[in-house]
Formats: sequence, C-alpha cells, structure tokens
Amino acid sequence: MMFFMSHAPVLAIIIPLMGAPICALFRGKTAPWLFTLILSALSFAYSIDLLIEVSANGPISYEIGGWAPPYGIEYVADPLSAFVMVIISGISTGVLLYAKESIANEVPTSHLGFFFAAYLLALTGMMGITVTGDAFNIFVFLEITSLSSYVLIAMGARQDRRALTAAFQYLIIGTIGATFILIGVGLLYIMTGTLNIADIANQFDSISDTRPVRAAVGFLIVGIAIKIAMFPFHAWLPNAYSYAPNIVTAFFAGTATKVSVYLLIRFIYTIFGADFSFGTVYLTELLLPLGVIAALSMSVVAIFQDNLKRLLAFSSVAQLGYITIAIALATEAGLTAGILHIFNHAIVKTGLFLSVGAMFYATGTTSIKSLAGVGQRMPITSFGFVLGGLGLIGVPLTPGFISKWYLIQAVLERGDYIGYGLAIAILLSSIFAVIYIWRVVEILYFQPTPEGATGGEAPLSLIIPCWIFILGSFYFGIETSINVGFSEQAAQFLMGAR
Amino acid sequence: MFFDHFNYWIVVILMMIGLYTLMSRSNLVKKMIGLSLFQISVFLLYISMGKIEGGTAPIVSNAPDVLYSNPLPHVLILTAIVVGVATTALGLALIVRINEAFGSVDEEEILNSEDSL
Repeated sequence: MMFFMSHAPVLAIIIPLMGAPICALFRGKTAPWLFTLILSALSFAYSIDLLIEVSANGPISYEIGGWAPPYGIEYVADPLSAFVMVIISGISTGVLLYAKESIANEVPTSHLGFFFAAYLLALTGMMGITVTGDAFNIFVFLEITSLSSYVLIAMGARQDRRALTAAFQYLIIGTIGATFILIGVGLLYIMTGTLNIADIANQFDSISDTRPVRAAVGFLIVGIAIKIAMFPFHAWLPNAYSYAPNIVTAFFAGTATKVSVYLLIRFIYTIFGADFSFGTVYLTELLLPLGVIAALSMSVVAIFQDNLKRLLAFSSVAQLGYITIAIALATEAGLTAGILHIFNHAIVKTGLFLSVGAMFYATGTTSIKSLAGVGQRMPITSFGFVLGGLGLIGVPLTPGFISKWYLIQAVLERGDYIGYGLAIAILLSSIFAVIYIWRVVEILYFQPTPEGATGGEAPLSLIIPCWIFILGSFYFGIETSINVGFSEQAAQFLMGAR
Repeated sequence: MFFDHFNYWIVVILMMIGLYTLMSRSNLVKKMIGLSLFQISVFLLYISMGKIEGGTAPIVSNAPDVLYSNPLPHVLILTAIVVGVATTALGLALIVRINEAFGSVDEEEILNSEDSL
C-alpha cells in the first residue's frame, strides 16, 4: 500500500489512460460502463489520498521515470491542484454512477466501448493538466482532453444531427485556443530555456520586461480564455452542451471549463506572479469587465432560451463570469471565492444537468415547452431540479450562497465604487438567475400536461445519483468547513508562493 | 530586418494566411486547411527556435569543440505534429458525418437547414 501511495500523483492519471484502450475492446451494455466506473473511482480514491496528504504535509513533487526536474517531467500536487483533482474525479465518478441507463438510451450499444474509452481519455487529460508541473505537458494533456471531448460531443448525433456541427465548431475554436497556448509556452521556452513551471516562475522576474514574454502572456491568456469560454469566446459552449449526450454535458459542465480556470489561476499566480499580472500588465482591468459582462449578459440570454440544456449552458457562462471576477480581484479573499465557486458550481451544475438528463430519459425532450406538467409526472426529479436551481441562484443553505457570500465580501474589500458596483452586478445577475429558474419551474409545475404526453418517473438508477449531487450540494452549503477550508488553503498557498 | 528573422516572418505570414482562411471560408474542408496551416506555422516556430548559429545536427561526434543545435524543441514539436494530425483526422471525419447528415459541407447551407428543423 505504501508503494501505491508514493506513486499516487501518477497513478491517478495512468489508471484511466491505460484503461482507455482496454475499455475500447469491451462490448455490450454493462462491461465498458462498469470498467470505466471502477477506474474512475480508483482515480478518485487516489486523489482524495493525495489531497489529505498535501493538506497535512505540503506540496508533493513526483519525478516521472525518476528523472529529476527541471530536465525530467515533474508532477506537482499542491493544495490547489490536489483540490481540483478531487473535484474532477469526484464529478466523473458521480456522473458514471448515473451513466448506464442514460447513455444506453442515447448511443448505440455497439459504440459504448469506444464511448467510454473517450470518456476515460477526457478524464485522463483533465487530471493530467491539473497535476503536471511541466508547461508543454499541459498542452499535451489539453489536447487529449479536447480531442476526446469533440468525439464525446459528436456522439449526440443520434438524437440531434446538430451535435456534429457543434462538435466541429468546438474543434475549430478549441484548436485555435490550444495552439495559442502552445505559442505562449514556446515563447516562454525561448526566454527561459526550460519547460518546468517552477523553473520558469523562478526566472520570470528577470525576463518579465522583454517583448517575447509580453507576447507569451497575451497568447496564453487569450488561449486559456477560449478554453474557459470567457465572455467574448463563449460561442462554442452553448452549442456543445446542448447537443452532447446528457452525461457528457453533466461531466463537462462540472469539469472541462473548471480545468481551464485552474490553468488561468496557475499561470497568473504561479508563473507570472500576482505583481506582474496585475501590476505590470493590468489583467484586473482586462478580466474584470469581461467577467461582469459575462455574468450579466449571459444571465439575460439564459432567460430567453427554449431548450433547458441550452439555458443551463448560458447560465454556466454567467457563473464562469463570477469566477473570472474573483480571479481578477487579485486578493486572497477573491481567490478563495473563485476556487470555492469552482467546487460549488461544479457540484450544483452537475446535479442540475443530471436531473435534466432524467427528464430527457422519461420524456425524450429537453425543450422547455414540451416539459409542461413534468412536475406532476416526475415529482422526485423535478424537485431535485428545483433544489439545484436554488443552489444556482444562491439561496441560503445552498453552496451557491456560500460562494456568493465570499465573493461579495471579497469585492467589498476593495472599498471603492468599483467594489460596490461589482457587488450590485453580482446581485443583479442573481436576480436574473431567479427569473430563468422560475420560468422553468413555472412550466414544470403550473402548466397542464399536454394531451398524449407519456412517461412517468425516471428509473431509480438515474434518480439516486442525481440526488447524491443535490443532497451533497446541500451538505457543502451547510457544513462548509471542507470546501471553504481547502479553498482557503489553496488561496493562501498561491498568494504566499511568490 | 526581414532576412535577419526570415523564419519568424514566414511563421507570422503562414499563421495569418491560416487564420484568415479559417475565418473567411464557409466550406468546412477549406476551414480545416486553414486550421492545419495555422498549426504548421507554430511547428515552424518551434523548429526555428532550436537552431543555434553555427550549430550542427545534435548527433554526438568525437570532433572537439562542436556546437550543437538544441534538439529539445524538435522533440516537442514531434508531439505537437502528432496532435495536429489527430486533430485534422478527427475534423475531416466530422466533416464526412456532417456531409452525410446535412448533405452539404458548406457552413451557410448547413446553418440554413438547421433553422428549418
């Protein structure tokens, strides 16, 4: 057991990576799913071990193949990356608990082996981005995630052929983003002669005044912003989330953009350093308006959507706006709020998408109009959706309230008019969230079931995992010491790192 | 100025041609061509940065005082080339499926038929 523990950083990545080609060989409905679930759970267990270890004893450095950094590739588990790893593998495992019936309904049985192989590769990539301490490795894992996510999104084509165009659009935009990151890493390599993140960070102050470094910062920030779906680059996200199979949407809503947020934090705070990012290149002035526009405009756009998955996708872009605001504040309180919201939004949004998936399973549609009266036909699922919606709005006792509370405290800490303006913008965006959630609730509960509508409650195998997320979100909204504790620890670590 | 940094100018020119093709064409296959060109320009950037003036190919020889070029960027870009090939293959496979489903590879025609769904 000691042997396995000392290799935990790499095992959490290697297990799904090695499992993917094996999984592609499995046939039938149960075998590939069960195999994927077991591997994902193993990865989750190692991540939890890692987080406990890191929070007790500080960052762990793992040398791949025994080659010492900066020449070898180094995996670094620090409080932030270990926390994000737990979020990713946890969401993945929870979604997989739900996946069996849902995905068998949407993807031909003969394709399930390949589907779950792509799922495992996506998980590998995201975990890899988080744990790696090597800048080029980030690009490689990013592309592993991206390529498998294009495939996973395109698997929705059986339900709606627009999944294909959504996947293609994401492929074009995502590749541009990843290539921008590649250019940025290359320019940093030209100036430093190293790809090790810690090594680049050490040398960064002495080269920060040069033009290639400024260009590198620009390429990296834009590239990551595309991957986050930050406001002007968000066009791919609603399409991709609307037409992907339901479990893929639930998985990506909780993890894919969050990993990119992690990258943004990692580059801004660890590599560039807060002094350079906010003092020299004015990222606050750049990111803050984008975050505010995203939080406000995307919430308004969400109000007018006809498709429930699309509505939630636009709401995701708005929530990413909050996280952008929190990161741009450049304070420890802001960073805590941002990391906390990564966790809280992941659990709430995954729960919501899973309940939408259950509605789709029973009724065969996610169009809001056709879901009229579902509140009576599927009381348990609908109630789960309502509770999840409350979490999204930020009602007290839900995690959404906790992260908004910390976010508002962080913006008021500025003590100037911009701070008050930001607080008002956040509250306004929450009011819009009330409107779009209420619009759905009204149709679900207070409109009569259309003639000839069929379908009762979804099977238990869908309801139980969905409710695990909903109840889990309430647990983390009431007993906040776990999520707030780890977020504060990560924020302190990042601010103290340089 | 131009010939001092000849490779880098070519990188910039190729990159802009690629991005422009990507944005201006509505034919999906042409978009993929633009995307490949854009990626290839970055490969060239990496290959250029490994060159050291007067350096020879990084193969160990017994001659004294040999200056070697830096092989690391070349190794890195091999990985990126593989990624680029995979992206192109996947993109083209998607175009085939799109053509089957929509009967067209032209973005505007596809958008029009989507609206009529």
